[in-house]
Amino acid sequence: MSRDSRRIRGRSQRRGTDDSPLAGPSSRQPGEASGPVLRAVGLSRAYGQDESLVRAVDGVDLDVPAGQALAVTGPSGCGKSTLLQLLGGLDRPTDGEVWLGGRRMDHLGERALARLRRRAIGFVFQSFHLMDELTAAENVELPALLAGASPRTARNRAAGLLDRVGLADRARHLPSELSGGQRQRVAIARALVNEPLVVLADEPTGNLDSAATHDILRLFDELRAAGQTLVMVTHDERVAATADRVVSLRDGTLADDTRLDGGGTTRLGSLLNWEG
Amino acid sequence: MQDVALALLAKEPSHGYDLRRRLVAALGPLGETLNAGQVYVTLTRLEKAGLVVQEREDAPVRGPRRKVYALTAAGQERVAAWMAEGAGARADVTEFHLKLVAAAESGLADPLALVDARRRELIRSLAEAQHAALAHDTNSEAGLLLEGIALRLQADLRWLEACERTWSARAPRGKGGGKG
Ligand SMILES: Nc1ncnc2c1ncn2[C@@H]1O[C@H](COP(=O)(O)OP(=O)(O)O)[C@@H](O)[C@H]1O
Ligand SMILES: [Mg+2]
Repeated sequence: MSRDSRRIRGRSQRRGTDDSPLAGPSSRQPGEASGPVLRAVGLSRAYGQDESLVRAVDGVDLDVPAGQALAVTGPSGCGKSTLLQLLGGLDRPTDGEVWLGGRRMDHLGERALARLRRRAIGFVFQSFHLMDELTAAENVELPALLAGASPRTARNRAAGLLDRVGLADRARHLPSELSGGQRQRVAIARALVNEPLVVLADEPTGNLDSAATHDILRLFDELRAAGQTLVMVTHDERVAATADRVVSLRDGTLADDTRLDGGGTTRLGSLLNWEG
Repeated sequence: MQDVALALLAKEPSHGYDLRRRLVAALGPLGETLNAGQVYVTLTRLEKAGLVVQEREDAPVRGPRRKVYALTAAGQERVAAWMAEGAGARADVTEFHLKLVAAAESGLADPLALVDARRRELIRSLAEAQHAALAHDTNSEAGLLLEGIALRLQADLRWLEACERTWSARAPRGKGGGKG
């Protein structure tokens, strides 16, 4: 069997049935769009000067096609968070370019950049970054309101998304009344509220136990099956292994780029030493 | 063991005693269980198989000319094949470690390239385990097994990171070698 056919089969197996809550009619097929959704060219970010100069990100070239789930891995301090901040327009490169949906974003002015970020990028952080005094639903509504949606539209979208992440019954709770895994699911719903071109996640399971980690990974898998482009940064190999593609970062430089077709069982089969 | 002995001989013909010393250095406390007799048994088997021959040392550093073991053409082929073959997810830590040592000593392969290839192999295995784990209830029997497999593959990947750090600090031409 060819690698491609196995890949497609693996993906459709994972996608599950058509009533999967995240496989809506807006599903984009992976790999169908023309250019990459996200592109970095010679992307660099240095901190400090002279002897204290740190090249946190150092000449990264990266294309993320539509529908791809990309994991960036590497040891602590290799530049993962800095790279993600650059890709998301939360930080400015000292050199190089970032393109989102065919548009160059690194030289936009602050206001234009803030608008693009709000509309086209969903962020998920290790420590959730929810507003403590707002309910789950209000946290999800907020970026929609900021992007100009009517209160009614924002409310409807938030309700739909909280349902999709399995938290319909927690909509009126404050973050302090939710578990870590539930808070992260609220944060993911919030990241999706403006239907972003890409979701960027920095150590999304870093504060979660293994059961909650599984829940979040299942959720990402469903998002991806629905065509969502996703870039996640993680030092956890088990999290990275659920992506379509893993790149390794070492001292700010891309060191390896591996495609995964995780749907199969060929390698697992070889672990079974059955001599019958 | 046979492959390791062959690979160490690829660097230069050597006496059984030297070979054991190099193995012990690479294996640390694990090597102390390896006695000289075992090394000679291995060398004798390799000789019978036509993979090594005994020859006289060219120019002894000191003392009389000793007999040293050298690779035959068939031995060289087998070492090259061993270096190139993927270790598979089952391969154990010691075997892969010795492969890296032998690769570096013999110059037949770049240890960092072996590390990269193994990382890819392991992450692909881990991808299968993780996708299967996500499809199964964590508390089911299958889920429990998949959890164990994923944890072991993760441990192997973490150890590879340490291998990469150490070997890139040593390799003059490897990536990262210029920085460290
Ligand atoms: N604001 C900053 N000022 C100075 N150095 C920084 C700053 N942020 C990050 N760094 C340095 O940049 C490197 C990469 O950091 P980071 O991107 O946070 O790595 P990672 O997320 O992979 O752990 C590290 O050496 C870190 O110390
Ligand atoms: Mg970080």
